[in-house]
Amino acid sequence: MKAMDARRFLPVVGPLLLLAFWQLALSAQWIKPMLLPPPGETLRFLVGEFASGAILPDLQATVMRTLSAFAIAVVIGVPLGVALGSSEGAYRSVEFLVDFFRSTPSSALIPLFMLIFGITDINKIAISSFGAMLIVLFNSAYGVMHAKKTRLMAAQIMGVSRWHQFKDVMLMESLAQTFVGLRSAVSMALVIVIVAEMFIGSETGLGHRIIDAQQVFNVKSMYCSILVTGALGYLLNLGFLLIEKKLIHWSGKA
Amino acid sequence: MKTAIDESEQLTAAESVSVALRPARPDAHVTIRGLSKAFTGKPLYSDFNLDLPRGKIVSIFGPNGCGKSSLMNMIAGLLKPDAGEILFDGKSLRDTRIGYVFQNYRDALFPWITAWDNIAYPLRRARMKDEEVKARVAELAALFEIRFDLQRYPYELSGGQMQTVCIMRALATRPEVMFLDEPFSALDFEMTLFIRDKLQEAQAATGVTMVIVSHDLEDAVFLADRILLLTRRPTRIAEIVPFELPRPRSAESTADPEFVRVKAHTLEVFRREMNAP
Repeated sequence: MKAMDARRFLPVVGPLLLLAFWQLALSAQWIKPMLLPPPGETLRFLVGEFASGAILPDLQATVMRTLSAFAIAVVIGVPLGVALGSSEGAYRSVEFLVDFFRSTPSSALIPLFMLIFGITDINKIAISSFGAMLIVLFNSAYGVMHAKKTRLMAAQIMGVSRWHQFKDVMLMESLAQTFVGLRSAVSMALVIVIVAEMFIGSETGLGHRIIDAQQVFNVKSMYCSILVTGALGYLLNLGFLLIEKKLIHWSGKA
Repeated sequence: MKTAIDESEQLTAAESVSVALRPARPDAHVTIRGLSKAFTGKPLYSDFNLDLPRGKIVSIFGPNGCGKSSLMNMIAGLLKPDAGEILFDGKSLRDTRIGYVFQNYRDALFPWITAWDNIAYPLRRARMKDEEVKARVAELAALFEIRFDLQRYPYELSGGQMQTVCIMRALATRPEVMFLDEPFSALDFEMTLFIRDKLQEAQAATGVTMVIVSHDLEDAVFLADRILLLTRRPTRIAEIVPFELPRPRSAESTADPEFVRVKAHTLEVFRREMNAP
């Protein structure tokens, strides 16, 4: 029982080690405190930012952009992916395009999107949803394409209509892979939103906050925002993992 | 030996191309005429004719690659023949209820719904009323003496339990013909015995015509009323061996002289066909 209790604390060992190393790097004077503030002070600053509410508008702006971009990516990507996946010919004919743009860092497209959308909020959401949508699309398509043929045959034998074969079997089969896509897509959406907030003239957002703090050499604020960005990404991923476990209960078991 | 050959002549339409000129025997349920199928240019079946008797269990057995499963899948509509006609009581497959039990039960059940819902699925899709669905599933659960919780998901069940659920699902709609593709090959011996028993009971209770593909000679003979022995490709009928041992057959039946005799004869034909040039 004791050993079990001890095991529960294993996940905090890593973060504690990192904080210790952080402190060690400063105490041993490997890094100047001007470039890296002490962990205690940074965390105190972070708590202060939340207590005063100073960081909240930026956090909210980033969350809203990320979720809007993600929502657009899902609304377009899932139906398109499923449609492409159910016709192998259709998927093969656009496979190169999907793979090409998926391999192109979306940040490389930021100038292009600026030409189209200007320096607006819509631009940030557009570029982010584009990157996320490709991930959703090809995961959904693969989910459908790799559906277990036996299950489809079973439904066929039962004489159920083509629509029900699609809805009851193909779509359900693809869900596990689709969720893998959703999880990577929300992370990707956040990455692009942060980059866009840094470089597409922005008044709000964590990306804007990070680059602003860096410009005026407010390192404490910069590290604080970086930590918050990391925590946000982690929580989004965790949230999706929990939803996935609940919804796609058969994932990895069948 | 003589009886076996007589039987095969009775059961198969001879090498005639004309469908109309080869009427089916009165007890025929499934009639196959002029069936042809080639894979990558090599003929597997050409002008193949066969009658499957009503309410009997027919095992398909033959050398590797002779197309046992292909034949069954063409009858079940999963594989499209190049030519030929397959009728169920003169009806096409479209108008016929069939059931199919796959070798890989894990890939055949729907893991997103419970075992109970899996069995009920074909009934619901056939627009059966809720109470009737409940009654039908309960009836099947009684027939198969289910002692595990059907409200669990397939992946929570053992292999034997999953295959039992597959068979119940296949039987749910009261099919006219039921196909089983190596239903025992992934099961341990205990479950094989259990499912053999249950299949016999289900067949006796419903009178469904059954077609079983097996790569295990003992399984093929044990359940069968007729053992359909195929040649190597291009595939023809080597012999149709009748096996009339009374039912229910138990594990002890494998020691019965009649079982031993039929199995030995089947093996002999199989060996002959395997070594044929």
